[in-house]
Amino acid sequence: MSFINFKKKEVQVKVVYYGPGRGGKTTNLEYIYSNFKDRIKTEIVAIKTQGDRTLFFDFLPFDMGKIKGYDVKVQLYTVPGQVKYDATRELVLRGVDGVVFVADSMEARRQQNLQSLKNLQENLAIHKKSIFKIPLVLQYNKRDLAEQDIPLLSVETLEKGLNSKLKVPFFEASAVVGTNVVHTLKKIISMTMASVENQLK
Amino acid sequence: MDYNLGHEQLTEIEEVLQEDLMGMGVHCVIFIDMAGNIVVNLDDGAIKHDVYSLAALAAGNFGAVSAMAQMIGEEDFSLLFHKGEKESIHFSKVLADFLLIIIFGHEISLGLLRLKVAESIEKIEKILKS
Repeated sequence: MSFINFKKKEVQVKVVYYGPGRGGKTTNLEYIYSNFKDRIKTEIVAIKTQGDRTLFFDFLPFDMGKIKGYDVKVQLYTVPGQVKYDATRELVLRGVDGVVFVADSMEARRQQNLQSLKNLQENLAIHKKSIFKIPLVLQYNKRDLAEQDIPLLSVETLEKGLNSKLKVPFFEASAVVGTNVVHTLKKIISMTMASVENQLK
Repeated sequence: MDYNLGHEQLTEIEEVLQEDLMGMGVHCVIFIDMAGNIVVNLDDGAIKHDVYSLAALAAGNFGAVSAMAQMIGEEDFSLLFHKGEKESIHFSKVLADFLLIIIFGHEISLGLLRLKVAESIEKIEKILKS
């Protein structure tokens, strides 16, 4: 949950990047970091395995400026995507305010996307949150791979498989190149802030 | 974990931490929630730690250790202590949703710190419940 400090006039919100392993969650954060270095005072915190996979989470705090006189600090987290790290994913979701689901557009990853989205729903439920109510944005990542003739799922297929019931905003993206990474971020921040804003005096 | 802290409660918590803990010479006190948000942050002015990252890692660390506790049949480990050569970190749980983190140097005795922490937590819990 967001923490509003009425004394310091500061709001902290937590946005989590979720999705299947090797889908590009960490790459999203790395792109954001390299693009907004002047506004980010710290380094990315990354807890990785030796093979460079996310073990616990990545963390990037981000100053958003002021809304209604409050300093807004957005805390971006990723979860480890590998199936075996479910306990860790559940932990990172504690107190989450908004979620970006990074889906892998590769045809071969169709099943992993569906599995991971279902896992998100289950883990949110543990924290008494509904996937239908929490601010959520879908990102169909790796669209750039089409140029390398790697078979990709069409956006229609992705929409049908992942978003037919949720009906949340989605972006076609490439985290490596940076396409729509910032749009995805702006969208989730504006949706998350809309749900926090009415609590600000 | 849903909570709301008013201006007055925050001021009171800050006073307790300032008097009881900063007053004994610790370097930094961070009071956070289990989501990793900073509720109160005090330091002696001499150190500049990245407290937001520290808070995120501390909440994650505590969560991981709690999961380990449950695996061996404990509900929780209520305190953690990491000893460094010059600086050490002491974590203690406050009610179900908060964590008190203290960074201190080797000149402070751990026994005295624990005593002071226990006293402060008692006061803070009263404030949180009020």
